[in-house]
Amino acid sequence: MKKRLSGMGESLRGHSRPQIERIERRLFLRRGLSLGALALLSGCSVTDAESVQKVLWAMSRWNDRVQGWIFDPSRLAPEFPESAITMPFPFNAFYSMNKVPAVDAAGYKLELGGLVREKRPWTLPGLYALQPQVSQVTRHICVEGWSAIGKWSGVRFSDFLKRVGADLTAKYVGFKCADKYHTSIDMPTALHPQTLLTFRFADQILPAPFGFPMKLRMPTKLGFKNPKHIVAIFVTNEYPGGYWEDQGYNWFSGS
Amino acid sequence: MTPAGADTVRVHLLVVRSTHWINVLAIFIMAASGWRIYNASPLFGFGFPNDWTLGGWLAGALQWHFAAMWLLAASGLVYVTYGIASGYFRRKLLPITPAAVWRDVAAAFRGKLAHDDLRVYNAPQRAAYLSAILIAIVLVLSGLVLWKPVQFYPLGLLIGDYEGARYVHFFAMAALVLFVIVHVVMVLLVPRTFPTMFTGRARVPAAARRG
Repeated sequence: MKKRLSGMGESLRGHSRPQIERIERRLFLRRGLSLGALALLSGCSVTDAESVQKVLWAMSRWNDRVQGWIFDPSRLAPEFPESAITMPFPFNAFYSMNKVPAVDAAGYKLELGGLVREKRPWTLPGLYALQPQVSQVTRHICVEGWSAIGKWSGVRFSDFLKRVGADLTAKYVGFKCADKYHTSIDMPTALHPQTLLTFRFADQILPAPFGFPMKLRMPTKLGFKNPKHIVAIFVTNEYPGGYWEDQGYNWFSGS
Repeated sequence: MTPAGADTVRVHLLVVRSTHWINVLAIFIMAASGWRIYNASPLFGFGFPNDWTLGGWLAGALQWHFAAMWLLAASGLVYVTYGIASGYFRRKLLPITPAAVWRDVAAAFRGKLAHDDLRVYNAPQRAAYLSAILIAIVLVLSGLVLWKPVQFYPLGLLIGDYEGARYVHFFAMAALVLFVIVHVVMVLLVPRTFPTMFTGRARVPAAARRG
């Protein structure tokens, strides 16, 4: 297109100046119009363009770093009275309620991997016997915008990580779940005092829809960052990503 | 375009023009992606048509929103810092009295509001521009609470915590969109103000020429 236009310009050299200018103006106008129309009609494809996507992903990585700086390891999420608990608590997952995995309590094993000294798998009785047990009534904020208040009980994740000899200077803790979900978090959040490995919800053994037998509860992160039905935990310096994170949701997603 | 010469005057400084157009882009992206985010969990009994939104799905909309927020923050910070530090806001936007706003609005409806010298804003303009700046500040602060309700918890307490911030953010958005609509209608009614936002210059007002 460009070549043809310049060729035309050359062939017009011999003509009178005003005529050339008129034609050039017309060409310019046509080109301008088609550019404008292109931008309007294909608005979607412009935003889907690979270069635009690259910039958006790069900005999301930048926002991960900024959130890491903003995150205050000693700032606690607000806790609420039990009267504020949301009933019924909403179920949310990447599948519908009837697809919730049925984890067998007797055969359950929690695998540990990566930069962890004691990799021996844990059984449910072993996990239930961990001390000290703590509870929290905190707000779960979904990436969709809604929020709900619930009560979770379990052990501090930092206590558990220390107990199994995890490398606390590593960058990431990753989670694999019985429902094929996976996610990962930053070490400072893993060590936050309100980050709990929970076995109970509303004083009951964690019901299946809410993550039986074990959910990591982090009131300093959006809901989807809180993995349910955890079957493996690993500590690593390699960015592990996650189910939603790999599709474009922000990795840090801190509150 | 009006050539820069003896018969023109400077109406808008480069810093005002450039931040204005960057803000236009940033606010367009923030609103269009924000509507998509709203649709994921509507506060009221309606959603925005998906064709009006940006991002294609929630994750895409969030990416746009949290990328363009930096554009808005940077441009807004330059504009507000300049406006306060240089005395530009004080000169151009103050004083505003309700009586003057009422007088000018009434005059405008009678077709008697002169807008000869584009360098001087009339009272409704001052009120509208100052409101837009304050609304944008409310949008940014409520947005910070929504983005980081734990880290900015004390700020959130001023606007009803996370859930309150959702409403504040929504209504501030609505107010800013209303401002944009009125602003564009006014430019259509007084079209010679439009090129000055690019060139920064306008013809010398008749009154000044006579003097």
